Amino acid sequence: MRTYFLRGRLACALIATLVGLLLCQPLAAQLIPEADDEPVAAERNVPVEAGNAGEVEIPEEEAPGLDSGDNAWMLTSSALVLFMTAPGLAMFYSGLVRKKNVLGVMMQCLFLMGLMTIVWSLWGYTLCFGGSNPYVGDLEFLFMNNVQPAWDAELGEPVTPMHGTIPEYTFMIFQGMFFIITPALICGAFAERMKFSAMAVFSVLWGTLVYCPLCHWVWDGGILAYGEADALAGGALDFAGGTVVHISSGISALVCAIFVGKRLGFGHDDMRPHSLTYTTLGAAMLWVGWFGFNAGSAGAANGLASNAFAVTHFSAAAGAVAWAMMEWILRGKPSVLGCASGAVAGLVCITPAAGFVLPMPALVMGASAGIVCYYACAVMKQSMGYDDSLDAFGVHGVGGTLGAVLTGVFASRHVCGDLTGGEPIGLYEGGGVSLVIGQIVAVLVTIAFSVVATVILLKLIDVVIGLRVTQESEIRGLDISEHGEEGYIFS
Amino acid sequence: MKKVEAVIRHFKLDDVKNALSEQGVFGMTVIEVSGYGRQKGHTETYRGTEYAVDFVPKKKIEIVCSDGNLQKVIDTILRTAQTGQIGDGKIFVTNLEDSIRIRTGETGEDAI
Repeated sequence: MRTYFLRGRLACALIATLVGLLLCQPLAAQLIPEADDEPVAAERNVPVEAGNAGEVEIPEEEAPGLDSGDNAWMLTSSALVLFMTAPGLAMFYSGLVRKKNVLGVMMQCLFLMGLMTIVWSLWGYTLCFGGSNPYVGDLEFLFMNNVQPAWDAELGEPVTPMHGTIPEYTFMIFQGMFFIITPALICGAFAERMKFSAMAVFSVLWGTLVYCPLCHWVWDGGILAYGEADALAGGALDFAGGTVVHISSGISALVCAIFVGKRLGFGHDDMRPHSLTYTTLGAAMLWVGWFGFNAGSAGAANGLASNAFAVTHFSAAAGAVAWAMMEWILRGKPSVLGCASGAVAGLVCITPAAGFVLPMPALVMGASAGIVCYYACAVMKQSMGYDDSLDAFGVHGVGGTLGAVLTGVFASRHVCGDLTGGEPIGLYEGGGVSLVIGQIVAVLVTIAFSVVATVILLKLIDVVIGLRVTQESEIRGLDISEHGEEGYIFS
Repeated sequence: MKKVEAVIRHFKLDDVKNALSEQGVFGMTVIEVSGYGRQKGHTETYRGTEYAVDFVPKKKIEIVCSDGNLQKVIDTILRTAQTGQIGDGKIFVTNLEDSIRIRTGETGEDAI
């Protein structure tokens, strides 16, 4: 009874907070200087062609206005990235768990689509992309101010703020899809044993305190952004989220797996994936959605997007073949799960590099990811003994780190010439080691920040509400114990 | 009367059925089963983690025949279900006390 009473109070408090935030919106708008007074269309004319959005800013003399082609592609990309979380990731992950937990995993993906979107709309976007402070975003876009249309008294009509050639809305929603999928990736590490409530609280806090700063540092001119004055070691290139999405989530996933502990019966019970059919279909959906993830990160429907699209596909293909070949050679049979995992590893690895490398290096990167991630999942995990249930660390952490470092090796002026004024940039084409060092520094900063922040968050949540379900609940399965439903009823 | 139970490989079922029909033996019950003998199951590998699967799926056929037809049935199954590889299955023969055709009430060999 007490639990239900507390839950009721908690729900009321949440609703009251949301209503309060909505009511506060006009007040917050007044607190932000120049929020409503200026025609915002001219304020953020930053073309995003030269790298990832917000990474390299080249001032334009004239406002370029809305480009319907760019906008159409970016809206399509946004939908593609959302498609990656559910059904893509939901199916990929849910096939890998036992059938008593299939709904639990799907629910985590679906629920996070809702929960993280709300966080993004309220404070997530502004913490990522607000202001020009190199360490933290300001309140420029709090509650969607300066994103939503504002009335222009001079023109006598509402004006929609622009982000280069696309509305700020489009940029915001595209980036929001990344904010949704990143904590969902972590769910693979603690699958089959974490409380749903703990997962939800962790995701909100992790998104706010880990993702938002990292995103700001890398993509909004912060301390990890390439070429910025405040950048550490010259900053790093991260086209579509190798550092922000995959290393941060992969490393945090490893911390979660160790902190939450192994599943009951890990190592001796039968924990085979209950449906590799789901997993294969999910992997294929991720492959498709990743075109939006990477090619959309060009910010426009231009040549850079085409390059990102092509190298993304090449890397995934090489990853799928490489992992399957490893199994074929070392174990005698190429497994379907290996092929699917290799494709995802290839996609992860090319993510930071998609706007900087040519197609042939992309094949090398994908194949490297297939081999290295295979070792991480099949050999390293066994020898170290942690229970990363669905290999969130083995694929995203390891693949993301590899991709970030190889970006420094293979980045080419043929793709991103305007970054360096035509000078060689990557190690491979004679640009020296400076970029590789910048990439490694960014990787180390991301790892250190993710580990420290995740440990603190997990400890806090463990003390307050507890991280793990009871043994009885774990044995019954999270579908029934956490959601009161069954995934399969064949009667 | 005898009851012949034979555990065979899935893909041999059609061969066995057709051969028995040619021999004039009609009537068969087929059941999906799983188990292990000397084959001792198999291992499956998922991202490097190996799981031992003890029970191998097989088909079990049950045939009721007269004492005179028994050897013919056994020989036919032996001939058609054999691959020579481990895991071909087994044949079990038991005495049958009676059989009754429900439609007519006939009993014994008349009901087969």
